[in-house]
Amino acid sequence: MTEQAFSNIDAKHSESSGLRSIAADFSSDRSAFRNVSWGKAMMWIFLLSDTFVFSSFLIAYMTARMSTTVPWPNPSEVFALTIGGVTLPLILIAIMTFVLISSSGTMAMAVNFAYRRDRRKTAALMLLTALLGAAFVGMQAFEWSKLIHEGVRPWSNPWGAAQFGSSFFMITGFHGTHVTFGVIFLLIIARKVWRGDFDQERRGFFTSRKGRYEAVEIMGLYWHFVDLVWVFIFAFFYLW
Amino acid sequence: MAQAATSASAHEQGQQHPIRLYLVVWAWLFILSACSYLVDYFQLEGFLRYSLILLFMLLKAGLIIAVFMHMAWERLSLVYAILVPISAVLVFVAIMAFEADHTLLSRLSFFALGP
Repeated sequence: MTEQAFSNIDAKHSESSGLRSIAADFSSDRSAFRNVSWGKAMMWIFLLSDTFVFSSFLIAYMTARMSTTVPWPNPSEVFALTIGGVTLPLILIAIMTFVLISSSGTMAMAVNFAYRRDRRKTAALMLLTALLGAAFVGMQAFEWSKLIHEGVRPWSNPWGAAQFGSSFFMITGFHGTHVTFGVIFLLIIARKVWRGDFDQERRGFFTSRKGRYEAVEIMGLYWHFVDLVWVFIFAFFYLW
Repeated sequence: MAQAATSASAHEQGQQHPIRLYLVVWAWLFILSACSYLVDYFQLEGFLRYSLILLFMLLKAGLIIAVFMHMAWERLSLVYAILVPISAVLVFVAIMAFEADHTLLSRLSFFALGP
């Protein structure tokens, strides 16, 4: 009797929508994010904290750029490349953007094939994602060495406000580190997929938990976040 | 009870969407990136430049979060728990914009090279 009564209340709660469903979830006296695994919830919370880190960097850059009396170097000219006698503004950054977006696209499809339990396609798409990510880091290394060669330092540069160098190295450096770690983890998860760990529910060497295809989606969340951060860096640092 | 169990197991299988959806979003991200690059290529200036940059940026971010990260299909309590705290960033931006303005003003009035 009582059990039935409780399940009726429960059903009513899960049916409600909008703000009511949020209130019901948070006051349910059990896990607040119903139907969301703890792994996915924790990745989201980590990404939220990472959002604050990158926001702080971008806000520091905004403060430096707004408050300096020295003119800010024009990114359009600083990042221009001459290819075959034609000078194109920001061309390397544009290519990097397309490469990272493509890697996000292949990752999204990898997640899709993972939930269809298609081991080979998932692993192949993840490897392609890692390859594109590595290409992105390579181009960033080229950009860094080009700027360093031209005399950009964290404390000075030939074109204007000194904070340009420190902002540039801090923001793109931190983002590049994220991409690098993403590539490493992509390779680890891709190996697990390829080996069939998630089909056999093989236990992880570190956590000893059963392998599940959800790991691919959680990896995907991180990878898309890296792409998302680049969208903001591209807009605020390179285009503004 | 049985109904609740089946709906939970249906969610357990994860996000199932047609591949076509991802390809369409991918194409849109390409178009929007090309547009934001063209803003710089054509050297648009002033209000038009900044509003277009922000518009393309927000559209791209929205597509990535909603579709690629599956936020559009997540439970509302998770969506709010992640997106609401980000409004604190906007407050921080406003505070630091005031601060930077003040710094610039003091620099101009105290350190300006004058007679």
